[in-house]
Amino acid sequence: MKRFSAVSLVVLFSVSAYAQEKPSISGKQDVSPAGAATIAPEEVRIRALEEQVRTLAEEVALLRGELKTIRDTKSADPATGSRLLLASTRMEPGVLPSSTPSTVAPVPAPEPQIAQTQTYGGATSNAKLLNPDISLIGDFIGTAGRNTISPSRSLELHESEVGLQAIIDPYARADAFISFGEEGVNVEEGYITFTSLPAGLLLKVGKMRAEFGKVNTIHNHALPFIDRPLVTNNLVGGEDGIDDAGISLSRFLPAPKNWFLQGTAQVFRGDSSDVFTANRRQDASVVGHLRLYRDLGESTNLDLGASYARGHNNAGVATTFDPANFLTNLYSADATLRWKPLRRAIYHSFLLRNEFFWSARDQLSPLNVFQTQHAFGLYSDAEYRVNRRWTVGGRFDRSGRATNASLTDTGFSGILTYWPSEFSQIRGQYRYGHLWDVPNDRFTNANEFLFQFLFVMGAHGAHPF
Amino acid sequence: MRLTKMTTRISALLAACALIFTFVNPPASRADSKPHIMTATTDLAALAQEVGGEKVDVESIARGYQDPHFVEAKPSFLLKLRHADLLIVVGLELEIGWLPPLISQSTNPKIQVGAPGYFDASRFAKILEIPTGQVTRAEGDVHPLGNPHYWLDPENGLRIAKGIQNKLSEMRSGDSTYFAQRYDSFEQRLKQADEKWLAEMKPYAGRKIVTYHRSWPNFAEHFHLDVVGYVEPRPGIPPSPQHTVELIGQMKRDGVKVIVVEPYFDLKTPNAIARDTGAQVVVLMPSVGGEKEITDYFKLFDYDIAKLKQAFDTTK
Repeated sequence: MKRFSAVSLVVLFSVSAYAQEKPSISGKQDVSPAGAATIAPEEVRIRALEEQVRTLAEEVALLRGELKTIRDTKSADPATGSRLLLASTRMEPGVLPSSTPSTVAPVPAPEPQIAQTQTYGGATSNAKLLNPDISLIGDFIGTAGRNTISPSRSLELHESEVGLQAIIDPYARADAFISFGEEGVNVEEGYITFTSLPAGLLLKVGKMRAEFGKVNTIHNHALPFIDRPLVTNNLVGGEDGIDDAGISLSRFLPAPKNWFLQGTAQVFRGDSSDVFTANRRQDASVVGHLRLYRDLGESTNLDLGASYARGHNNAGVATTFDPANFLTNLYSADATLRWKPLRRAIYHSFLLRNEFFWSARDQLSPLNVFQTQHAFGLYSDAEYRVNRRWTVGGRFDRSGRATNASLTDTGFSGILTYWPSEFSQIRGQYRYGHLWDVPNDRFTNANEFLFQFLFVMGAHGAHPF
Repeated sequence: MRLTKMTTRISALLAACALIFTFVNPPASRADSKPHIMTATTDLAALAQEVGGEKVDVESIARGYQDPHFVEAKPSFLLKLRHADLLIVVGLELEIGWLPPLISQSTNPKIQVGAPGYFDASRFAKILEIPTGQVTRAEGDVHPLGNPHYWLDPENGLRIAKGIQNKLSEMRSGDSTYFAQRYDSFEQRLKQADEKWLAEMKPYAGRKIVTYHRSWPNFAEHFHLDVVGYVEPRPGIPPSPQHTVELIGQMKRDGVKVIVVEPYFDLKTPNAIARDTGAQVVVLMPSVGGEKEITDYFKLFDYDIAKLKQAFDTTK
């Protein structure tokens, strides 16, 4: 361990030497160590190292002096003092100790990290550096207007999603998203991703949103609308969608030049909202997904997908039938066209997305006969970024009901979004629905205005694509 | 009975998937070919090319005329990243909005964060504007680790190139002499060019300028310019009327005659400010490839300095 510390110390100082050694491009002719590389490379290296050691020694002396002066004048202005030192040595506390470049000395990167933390000793403060990236996204929704079929609250902090993300070890990273809603706490996702598997495999284990179509994979706050499409509610489990504990394996598949093809296979326990129910342990559900993508130019691209999901449902529970015979098969196809000119990417963009869903659900008819309901639904969404702060969008919805395919709900929405900055968002949505009213046995119209405030604190998350 | 049936079914399914996955695409062996280097930005690609010469393949994810904060994580980049032997990033959270998902989905163990093929260029450069004390987003989209636009200082270019030389020599020790020679030649040429640039900029030393975004602190420091204000009220926040009025006042007081704008920002506000203050808007390229003729690291400074000189001369 001691040796590690020593090595890492050397590495450390050589970094600072790097940073300080202003190559002084102009004028002075200080030939860099590797300069005379025409002689034997070993000799050059040794000479370079000697040179480096000499500079390091000077450096250490200099730094000691600097440190002393700073300590002496600490009372004067500690902030500027430490800043000067930090800026000149490039070892500001905000940077992980692993910042020591492994190129300077042949030391594997992770080792100095351990040594460093111990060198400093102050485990309490340095431990913070290993904290995961933490973020919280608040999602406040208000609703006004008339909707007798699926009324929502007038005002609610719909969800507070805490995100914790970190690299676990050299082989994996993990992501957890815990959402605190009005009704309780839910681990929306929590999974480990193994990034260093052979044969180009990407393995995820944990609870995750299933790779079924597009909208199912997107978290609430990243959606281009406030609610979820009608079809999600009618056929694919509503807000939570297919979100279950399981294992996911994906891989890039061979494709024609410039096409991107990815296959994903997932196995879940089989409990997802009202879509799948695992009545017995073996009632696992499976999801398969194929994604085909192509750049049509530097600003335009096409993204296609096909998905399949299969699992048991709860239609046979508490009947004379065997619950094991009641399955739900889901199919989906999605197509997305994106346009974003690179030179004006922050001002203008356009997205057109269509998603189609087919549901085949085994259930009992009102006359207690085993039947399969074949329902179809779709949504079509377009959004245009008008300028840096405003986006307008629209969505068309149409969907049968999973349990009664003859009932088809229709709707459309107009959406306007305003971004004060990258970290907050204000959105308004007008929503019209032509929905079947089951108790009254007739269609009814719903006219609603929704508004939403989103705010992000903490770590800067990745922009959704 | 059922349980075993179901388990066999699931395992059969999994096995089938695994089989298909491994069958269809035997990983292409690229061991003997040139190391394939992916970089986040074109400037790093240019530097890698200077050092690597014809013994490497280099490609950048972002284009030179693109805002490097807002690159899209397109799957087409995954196809390139999965075969990369080395990934060179700007770091300091510049790419935080798009690179992490690309890296983790690339299924390439070599370029994962911390792996030998992950190269953070910021660790070799002199970094400015490292915030001290409290950091909040009231200051906009701040970079807590310092200003990530550090490549616009030739001295940093040299430092990064040296780092790349060491990394490449480590990866391909047989070619280390070649890389050392390439670096020496680059160093020599860059020092010469920098003398020329400094001489060209000398008459304008201490000139006050306003820039759109905080992209130019390293450039300004090296060439002795004084950035006194920004069109953005805070980094990442679009111009506001109030801030624009204040900026116009400040520019008039300080006699600022040049507004530097990056190619990916709208010119409406800068033009309006210029009309009010008699200043000139000059679109400088922060990156190689921003214009067709900027094909390498040298031409980047050639271009920017020529544009700046022209602007300073016409607004005397």
